[in-house]
Amino acid sequence: MKPKVAVHKFSSCDGCQLAFLNLGEGLLQLNALVDIVHFAEAGYLNENAKVDLAFVEGSISTPHELERIKHVRENSKYLVTLGACATAGGLQALRNMADGNAWLAGVYAGPEHIPFLPTSTAVAQHVRVDLELWGCPVNSRQVVLAVRDLLFGVAPREETEKVCLECKRKGTVCVMVTKNEPCMGPVTRTGCGALCPSFGRDCYACFGPAENAETAALARRFEGFGLLPEAIAHRFLFINNGAPAFHAEGVRWQEKSHE
Amino acid sequence: MAEYQFLPRQELQRLFDRLRTAGFHCIAPQVRDGAIVYDTLADAAALPQGQHDRQAAGSYRLERDDSARCFAWANGPQALKPLTFAPRESLWRAEQGADFTPAALHDLPTAVLGVRACDLAALQIHDLHFRNNDPYYAARRERLFLVAVNCSHPAETCFCVSTGDGPEAQSGFDLVLDELDDGYIVRSGTPVGGAILRDLYLEPAGAAQREAAQQQNAAAVAHQTRTLPGRNLRDTLFARLEHAHWDDVAARCLSCGNCTAVCPTCFCHSERDEPALDGRSSVHYRQWDSCFTEGHSYIHGIVIRAETKFRYRQWLTHKLGSWHDQYGRSGCVGCGRCISWCPAAIDITAEAAALCGS
Repeated sequence: MKPKVAVHKFSSCDGCQLAFLNLGEGLLQLNALVDIVHFAEAGYLNENAKVDLAFVEGSISTPHELERIKHVRENSKYLVTLGACATAGGLQALRNMADGNAWLAGVYAGPEHIPFLPTSTAVAQHVRVDLELWGCPVNSRQVVLAVRDLLFGVAPREETEKVCLECKRKGTVCVMVTKNEPCMGPVTRTGCGALCPSFGRDCYACFGPAENAETAALARRFEGFGLLPEAIAHRFLFINNGAPAFHAEGVRWQEKSHE
Repeated sequence: MAEYQFLPRQELQRLFDRLRTAGFHCIAPQVRDGAIVYDTLADAAALPQGQHDRQAAGSYRLERDDSARCFAWANGPQALKPLTFAPRESLWRAEQGADFTPAALHDLPTAVLGVRACDLAALQIHDLHFRNNDPYYAARRERLFLVAVNCSHPAETCFCVSTGDGPEAQSGFDLVLDELDDGYIVRSGTPVGGAILRDLYLEPAGAAQREAAQQQNAAAVAHQTRTLPGRNLRDTLFARLEHAHWDDVAARCLSCGNCTAVCPTCFCHSERDEPALDGRSSVHYRQWDSCFTEGHSYIHGIVIRAETKFRYRQWLTHKLGSWHDQYGRSGCVGCGRCISWCPAAIDITAEAAALCGS
């Protein structure tokens, strides 16, 4: 019997699910290898099915999601988070450092009709997660490697090194050294193929913190480039602002900007 | 044929054409994204004419003036290493129910123009490491034709005089050029180089041109200010494994691995398999790794060097220390790339001085 797979969506832009839909022929191959039972964006609806493998996109940001993620966990043997929202709370986790209710009232005419948690948080803060796929968005390569390894019955191997090594393998010229760009590559996890620096711009850390991310040393280097504390804080408090390593460094420089 | 010939600058294209006629794919320096890089180039007019570099710790800038010279700069981020030790390559492929298939060897005859003494020295070290036991490296290496250019404009970050590797190319080239204001003194280093040179039908270089080249080399030597504290720091460094300065450098180091990626002698790599989604085939890749990654010191569930301090210490004590045991010399050729291309502006000569000082 083919393993059953579900793809769930929480608070997110739906972009990570495209890692499946963009597979092209690979999507047919995937369909031959597994039984996709729930994947709303692709038209399969069976949210409460018991599955072998669940992918979760999106952060937990409403009372309903708080309940729903528990059911997903109960119904899934192996749970994989898909992208920055599910893995670190996403861009929307910026509200965790602000008055979320004030933001809500500022945007919507009738905020009382919107069920809302004051925070947007990573899936792992609520239930056990077996594997985290970082990225904003994740790409098809990451998804395929993870699925393939799980089908073989081995633990997927995480790629935790920094963007810099990928830049150098591609022969991309360093934008920090040639242009003093505040590139996040030296603290950011690989996986994107060092996309932004190959177009001459600085990495903005959409794949989250790499292992041994020396955030303090990088922030001091940005300071040396002339960035003000607030600008340095913004480098860390962006898409993966909820990732502990980035959050701590960002908050440190945010506090400095208020001194 | 006189040993030293003269190639006027306006005839430089003839060297490219001669190499191409001899079957070589030409790789030469050129400006890309604000740096001088080595890539395919068939047109001498596309060389970095009038370009000069300004390098400092963590900083590299190009400037242009109206000089006719094409090699008046010190090395950019890479030169020979990616051509012989591929940044990423497949070694073999496995098919279910079939044998393992080794990847095809890349052996396109390739001529590289503008190679500097530091990179020739690094290539000799890589030869010791790879040439006899790595068919992929060996295939690329065997088909390499090297046109060296004696370095006339070392950068502030250069210290090849201190390591004994430059700025004048001593050996390992097929042809070597001295760039003068009006052209190039050319000399061959191998029979293959000699045959190419003979076919250019050049005039012998004059005594004044030889003298100008010698003065230029002497000036390039005098221009270098950075030094290492010695050519063999093995015992000194291993006696200072607990030195407080390792913490000092660790506070600045990003553990990003850029130093190792630009180092022309660093050879560490990792390997992994990437199976196709259907599980019927798998490709085995090798790619550049670094002693600054977690995976480099991962052994059976344990990361031996989890902290940046120990990763930097591993790099430096290997490069300047235990390399002597492996290859009979230091692993540093004084190219200064790890200084310029360190995003955190860490300077190997300053760190070595701090560690080796009293």
